[in-house]
Amino acid sequence: MEYFIQQLINGLTLGSIYGLVAIGYTMVYGIIGMINFAHGDIFMLGGFAALIVFLIATSFFAGIPVALLLLLMLLVGMLMTGLWNWTIERVAYRPLRGSFRLAPLITAIGMSIVLSNFIQVTQGPRNKPIPPMVTDVFHIGGITISLKQVLIVIITAVLLFAFWYIVNKTPLGRAQRATEQDRKMAALLGVDVDRTISITFIMGAALAAVAGAMYLMYYGVASFNDGFIPGVKAFTAAVLGGIGSLPGAVLGGLLIGLIESLWSAYFSIAYKDVATFAILAFVLIFKPTGILGRPEVEKV
Amino acid sequence: MTAATETGHPSVLAKAVREGIFAGVISFLMFLLFVGIETYQDINNALVWRTRWGLLAIFVLVAAVGRFLTVGFIKPHLDQRKLAKAKSGVLEISESKSFFHRHFLKIALIFLLVYPFLSLLIVGKQGSLKYVDNFGIQILIYVMLAWGLNIVVGLAGLLDLGYVAFYAVGAYSYALLSSYFGFSFWLLLPMSGILAALWGVILGFPVLRLRGDYLAIVTLAFGEIIRLVLINWTDVTKGTFGISGIAKASFFGIWSFDTGSASSFVKAWGLSPSSVYYKIFLFYIILALCMLTAYVTIQLRRMPIGRAWEALREDEIACRSLGINTVTTKLTAFATGAMFGGFAGAFFATRQGFVSPESFVFLESAVILAIVVLGGMGSLTGIAIAAMVMVGGTEVLREMSFLKVVFGPDFTPELYRMLLFGLAMIIVMLFKPRGFVGSREPTAFLKERRAVSGSFTKEGHG
Repeated sequence: MEYFIQQLINGLTLGSIYGLVAIGYTMVYGIIGMINFAHGDIFMLGGFAALIVFLIATSFFAGIPVALLLLLMLLVGMLMTGLWNWTIERVAYRPLRGSFRLAPLITAIGMSIVLSNFIQVTQGPRNKPIPPMVTDVFHIGGITISLKQVLIVIITAVLLFAFWYIVNKTPLGRAQRATEQDRKMAALLGVDVDRTISITFIMGAALAAVAGAMYLMYYGVASFNDGFIPGVKAFTAAVLGGIGSLPGAVLGGLLIGLIESLWSAYFSIAYKDVATFAILAFVLIFKPTGILGRPEVEKV
Repeated sequence: MTAATETGHPSVLAKAVREGIFAGVISFLMFLLFVGIETYQDINNALVWRTRWGLLAIFVLVAAVGRFLTVGFIKPHLDQRKLAKAKSGVLEISESKSFFHRHFLKIALIFLLVYPFLSLLIVGKQGSLKYVDNFGIQILIYVMLAWGLNIVVGLAGLLDLGYVAFYAVGAYSYALLSSYFGFSFWLLLPMSGILAALWGVILGFPVLRLRGDYLAIVTLAFGEIIRLVLINWTDVTKGTFGISGIAKASFFGIWSFDTGSASSFVKAWGLSPSSVYYKIFLFYIILALCMLTAYVTIQLRRMPIGRAWEALREDEIACRSLGINTVTTKLTAFATGAMFGGFAGAFFATRQGFVSPESFVFLESAVILAIVVLGGMGSLTGIAIAAMVMVGGTEVLREMSFLKVVFGPDFTPELYRMLLFGLAMIIVMLFKPRGFVGSREPTAFLKERRAVSGSFTKEGHG
């Protein structure tokens, strides 16, 4: 039982990270109907931004408090990736809006290749390890919870609340939901569609950056190809939850995290990704639009 | 139209300066951390950093000046040209085509047939190894894969992001069956195709109800599952070590290309030993396989099944209403596409003599899909051109050692191969969203066959 709860906590931590990245996929999909393949690499950029901030801050101020350091890493990472994703949308996706469906998908795949290779060229192909930032652990009964796990879950919860508030309670969120439902009609009613889409990209990137920084904190290492596997898993999470649905993305992320850690605990660590993907395929056979996705209406 | 408007109206120039500065500021912020700062490991293996202001300045300058020139000069110039063209009333599409244009396919085919001998004549045995193997065979493998995927994506409109799975099935079928049972290439080539087609049906079956992007992610998942199984099922596949020493293809069982063999091709013809003969032989095999793929695709498009695919791509509901069985239609598309992937895989295994899961990563699927889309989906010629440009281009980059003189001895062009590949994907899409060949020849037509714009066809819709 203790082992099970331990794995549950590990899965929850991992799932929080996937969920944050999945929101970026699902928002962009909801608003312009494209799979933003480069989103996983935005997550990787966020991790690298955090890594570089960590190095600079610790070399200038040796005894910097961990909380301040973490805050700095998150903020700079969010600004950085927000700027990148804004530029990417302007340069590579906006000119193709209204073109046929596969064109933005191909530029997104191209952008993903460019981003990971850009980091490989500028920062080197080797893994980048950092010394552990947060080392405290709590023992409750036979269960070990590390402070970084608690931090990850709390930060995710706070961000999700802020995000939920923005989407559901603010004029900006209303514009986003309107654009998602009917872009042309929203434009006619005075919503600045281009601006709304840009902000959506920036918000998605900021969440991915937080996930990237926490991934770095959790594993203590960053690499230029970190974007792919977590990216695909987050995308899987978004689809599993029902792409376009925000609660679905979080639910999908948590499910994927739990499946992964429970499968590696009870069955085999080698086949954990196979299990994730197989469960995705299995769920989609019975619910072709994901767990919380709206059923697709067929119109002639 | 005076000269003033052409080289920069004051307001245009002011706008260009503004945009240029803006681009400079944005790129400065974007590259500040990733280019301006370099992280590396010192002697104690601890991660440290140093600044690279010079490189950052170059990045910012390129962005600012590039934006300035685009807004201030290039764009007004292009607009002017477009305007002049529209005013002159001459249509861009002319009825009379040049000799080269009309006979393009014949010329291309003849060139491909003589290509190995041409390179043998010009650069000799040792030199032509590179041209036949790295360029010829490598490009033709991608042409074949892209043509195979074109059946699934271009004709049937099913977005498949895991095509490389079938390539892997074909390659491992050949590698395993030939090393465990010693079957010959000519027996295993069709068998690999059939096995891959079988996997196409097995994987296609659960995804029949899915549409569009759900289909895309599930095919991606299947591609990853197959790769992960290949990595982890070490008893059979030897995991990441891969299978080496795969048997070479023989000359239809008559002559062998192994140097030690009694019925060696080289001995039988009295030639001096060289591996170039085998490469030339492989070149013709893959060329024949490509031709087979093209022939089957063209023939199938004229048959009921091919028309059903295209109808399915345009409107699934209308298809069902008209009594087309969408289940078998989708499955045959998956199976046919997979079969060609399997052929290509078996060929790949015999050419390399070595297979490992490294060769079947998602990036390969993405590259193949990119070739299909960049070429203009559904257009065989366009896809072949795209494969030549994209794969050939990155191969050329490997050869550019003279760049070392320009950028210093540390410069390795290979590092930039995928970076440039990705950039090329984006740039081609931005300028030609319909691919290199933007026109299609519909199979069903009224009175006379006419090429139509690719914009009239709907693609990639599950």
